[in-house]
Amino acid sequence: MIPSGAAASTVRRRSLASRAVGEGSAVRRMDGVLLVAVVALSVVGTLLVWSSTRTWSSAEGAGLVKKHVLNLGIGGALLSAVAVADYRWLRAYAPAVYGVALLLLVAVASPLGSTVNGSHSWIMLGGGFAMQPSELAKPALILLLGMLLAEPAEGTDRPRPRDVTFAMAAAGLAMGLVMLQPDLGTTMVLSVITGAVLIFSGVRKRWIVVVLGLAAAGGGLVWSLGLLQPYQVARFTAFINPASDPRGVGYNSTQALIAIGSGEFFGKGLFHGGQTTGRFVPEQHTDFIFTVVGEEFGFLGAVTVVALLGVVLLRGLRIARQCEDRFGALVAGGLVCWFAFQTFINVGMTIGIMPITGLPLPFVSYGGTATFANMIGIGLLQAIHIRERPYG
Amino acid sequence: MSRMRTRFVVVHLTVITLLVVLGVRLWQVQVVRGAEFVEVATETRTRDVRVPAVRGQILDSVGRPLVRNRTALVVSVDRNRLERLPDRGSAVLARLAAVLGADPVKLKERIRPCGPKVSRPCWPGSPYQPIPVDNHVSTRQALQILERQEDFPGVTAEIQAVREYPYGSEAAQVLGYLQPVTEEELERREGLKASFSGVDLIGRDGLESVYDQELRGKTGLRRVQVDRMGKAIGVEQQEVPVAGDTLITSIDAKVQSIVEQALAGAMKKAPQADGAAGVVLDVQTGRVIAMASVPTYDPSVWIGGIAEAEYQRLLSDKAGKPLVSRAIKGTFAPGSTFKVTSVSAMVADGYPLKGTYDCPGAYMVGGRPFHNFRGIGLGPMNLHTALVKSCDTIFYRAAYEMWLRDGGRKPVPKPKDPMANMSRAYGFGKATGIDLPGESPGRIPDRNWKRNLWAATRAQNCVRGKTGYPEEKDAARAAFLKKLAYENCVEGFVWRAGDAANFSIGQGDVLVTPLQLANAYAALVGDGKVRSPRLGWALVRPDGTLVKEIKAPVIGKLPIDEETRAYIKDALSEVTSDGTAAGAFNGWPMNVVKIGGKTGTAEVYGKHDTSWFASFAPTNKPRFVVVVMVSQGGMGGSTAAPAVREIYEGIYGFGKFLTPALQEPAERLPRIKPDGTVQR
Repeated sequence: MIPSGAAASTVRRRSLASRAVGEGSAVRRMDGVLLVAVVALSVVGTLLVWSSTRTWSSAEGAGLVKKHVLNLGIGGALLSAVAVADYRWLRAYAPAVYGVALLLLVAVASPLGSTVNGSHSWIMLGGGFAMQPSELAKPALILLLGMLLAEPAEGTDRPRPRDVTFAMAAAGLAMGLVMLQPDLGTTMVLSVITGAVLIFSGVRKRWIVVVLGLAAAGGGLVWSLGLLQPYQVARFTAFINPASDPRGVGYNSTQALIAIGSGEFFGKGLFHGGQTTGRFVPEQHTDFIFTVVGEEFGFLGAVTVVALLGVVLLRGLRIARQCEDRFGALVAGGLVCWFAFQTFINVGMTIGIMPITGLPLPFVSYGGTATFANMIGIGLLQAIHIRERPYG
Repeated sequence: MSRMRTRFVVVHLTVITLLVVLGVRLWQVQVVRGAEFVEVATETRTRDVRVPAVRGQILDSVGRPLVRNRTALVVSVDRNRLERLPDRGSAVLARLAAVLGADPVKLKERIRPCGPKVSRPCWPGSPYQPIPVDNHVSTRQALQILERQEDFPGVTAEIQAVREYPYGSEAAQVLGYLQPVTEEELERREGLKASFSGVDLIGRDGLESVYDQELRGKTGLRRVQVDRMGKAIGVEQQEVPVAGDTLITSIDAKVQSIVEQALAGAMKKAPQADGAAGVVLDVQTGRVIAMASVPTYDPSVWIGGIAEAEYQRLLSDKAGKPLVSRAIKGTFAPGSTFKVTSVSAMVADGYPLKGTYDCPGAYMVGGRPFHNFRGIGLGPMNLHTALVKSCDTIFYRAAYEMWLRDGGRKPVPKPKDPMANMSRAYGFGKATGIDLPGESPGRIPDRNWKRNLWAATRAQNCVRGKTGYPEEKDAARAAFLKKLAYENCVEGFVWRAGDAANFSIGQGDVLVTPLQLANAYAALVGDGKVRSPRLGWALVRPDGTLVKEIKAPVIGKLPIDEETRAYIKDALSEVTSDGTAAGAFNGWPMNVVKIGGKTGTAEVYGKHDTSWFASFAPTNKPRFVVVVMVSQGGMGGSTAAPAVREIYEGIYGFGKFLTPALQEPAERLPRIKPDGTVQR
């Protein structure tokens, strides 16, 4: 029977838009709660970037908030693209993605790289745009580790020792390159990611102990050989005793505490934070953006932002748990640990319970490459959520 | 997959724990300790900038400004900021000196803080204030500095009010001057700290000092928000400064000018003269119409910091210590002008007012002859003539008799001391209480005073009485000094007959200020009441509303009856026509305005005579008392009296003066209109 023309055309010629948002489409199957939380964080972040940079002169880069919105737009596109794609397809390309990330990190070390704020972490793209390859290395590493460790050994649910070794070597390569920049914070994120994916993959407890031991030994070695830059040592000293150097390294943590504390319960209101307006906290639009939340939105706002981040993390974990595909679960778990670590370190350092480490607050801080990486991460989580049953 | 699930659960719990940790810590920081951080934040984020109030003007009795403000572009240097530069600001100062056309070394000296080992040029104010280094900069210079702030960190150019003295050096000591407030003053004076701005000045002398609080107004406060570089980014809170009150004085600028010129002229005519003072009082109110002291100086030298050489010059003897007002701080023997108190004392002590007294050429006091002026005997006369002709021996005799009645060298328990007590009743021997700082009380010597002096100087006198004065070249003088020292050692505490006699004609140890003498004469020829004179007449707000009228309070009454007062006044009224000042007032139109007065020629050991003339006019109903004193000026009738005549000529418009300056003292305050201008 030949269907009537109108009905046939309706079935066959569903527009792209209607297919994207229509019944049973990828978008419809996205984790709405996760998406709303990320959008909310992005909106809050935009307001905070606006507030913290609105008094800047043109020489300092006035209108940074517009760039932030553009970054978010690009990030949103990346999120959608990744979410709609079948992540299992990415599995095949994981080594290639990781290879590109490593190449970029090498490029940073080469004369192509540039130094900003003492970190040789940037590639200048011209036109005021710059790229920070270490940010992209985070999701790339997660994909690679997921790919390597998803395949269990014959008859077990643990990865093969060969794969574990290979995974650690690959991760070590990226960490080494990042450490050279030097970017201690990102190195720590990469090691946390590696450790997390290894643990999720089901390696034996003794492996975990060995990895932790190696990490401790490596840390001790780095410290005792004096491989850390003096400022990095100073940051830890200042964390233990902020009064030791109130005008130097301790300045940041002291000023951050003052800004957040002075917000009290309800905050001073958007654009009304005196500490923010006076720019007493350095890097307040990037690593220290949480001080702006604290001052201008008070305890209520700060807890709300932490709660939104908590929603992202817990929804991410839910996706990881529900995923029946080992690759998807590992990737989701790795992503959650990445965001969790960065959230806790970033917020913790502004309220004096963590040492100062140059890490942005996910979805809130200003930063192009970081925003893209975060959005790709959320895109991956959505993609995994959409296809949580491998053959469904 | 189950193992993976277990591990996810562990991570789940970890994440929740960490989130709770963050939340608890946020509660602790923002809610528990929030107030504490708010305080710290306010401290780091704001700077309190004090906005100086415009200082009130000082006007004369018809509203002419004696001290006013002009706006000036003032360049200031913040020493603290310079110190923090790598080269401690040397380069900045060098650039600044180039722009200002100043010597960089001198500029550097000027901004160093004064200290025990650092003398002028230096900065006497607080080290935390911006230091004004130039208040005569052109707009172009100011722009050079303001437009290149990166080249001039710590240097500012601002419009500030600067004192201006339209009459130059006239009444300089009366008006006083301003200096930066010092740290010690800020600490010492309660409440001062809060009301002072960084660059505030404090009145240091004269009216500026006495009425400092009223003139100063109330400093405004601007709480400025700053960024972490200290750059101002907005005003958080503002208290508008309240301009200081205007002080209307009873000084008449025209009369003041006349007095200044008369004194300067008298100094010129008497070649030995080393200083002079003139006081013009309003007899009926006790207000000061003019008060001058020469040598004088231009108070504008203080503006913006005084140069070391200038400062030393002002303090030097060679320049005649122009900072010192001889009218209130200079003490001199009053000579015969003092006889009005002696006559009063005699009458009060029972000597007949209209009796006849002999005026021999000399009178023996305690075995020693005391001579009339030039030793001339004038025969029997009444007290009237004694004053007009200035006989001395009548007063020697009276003083000697009083001294004897008090027990002579061995005084009775409660000596009457009629002359000393009468002079005190006239206000001598203690400060008049005029609204000026540092007034001298003068000195009324008596038995107590001698005893105290003896106690204080006995040790040295006794040594000198034995060892003599070997360093003195003149043998006769050395012998005299030795004898004197010996006498003072042995019996210096005794109030001798000679002391009493000298006192009666205003000689010996009695010292008065020109103001005291003028005030005493005002009481004598006015209503018999002694007042504490006042320069300030009223304080008004800049818009003209009256804050306070200042009156010269009555502080005593002369203990003599009306008849005696009228008698003395009548006698003094003839001095200018028939007495010792007749020469000076030769040709004065007595039929228009009759002038009374008394000359004084006081001998000063080792110096030329002090020339005095104390006067009043018109004699029938006195309105003015004019006193002129010329130190080392010679005879009262030949130096001081002509100067007084010149002052009256100016006041009434005679002689070289075409128009009268002030027929009568002003009776109503000048009206200041709300816009600050004066209605004449």
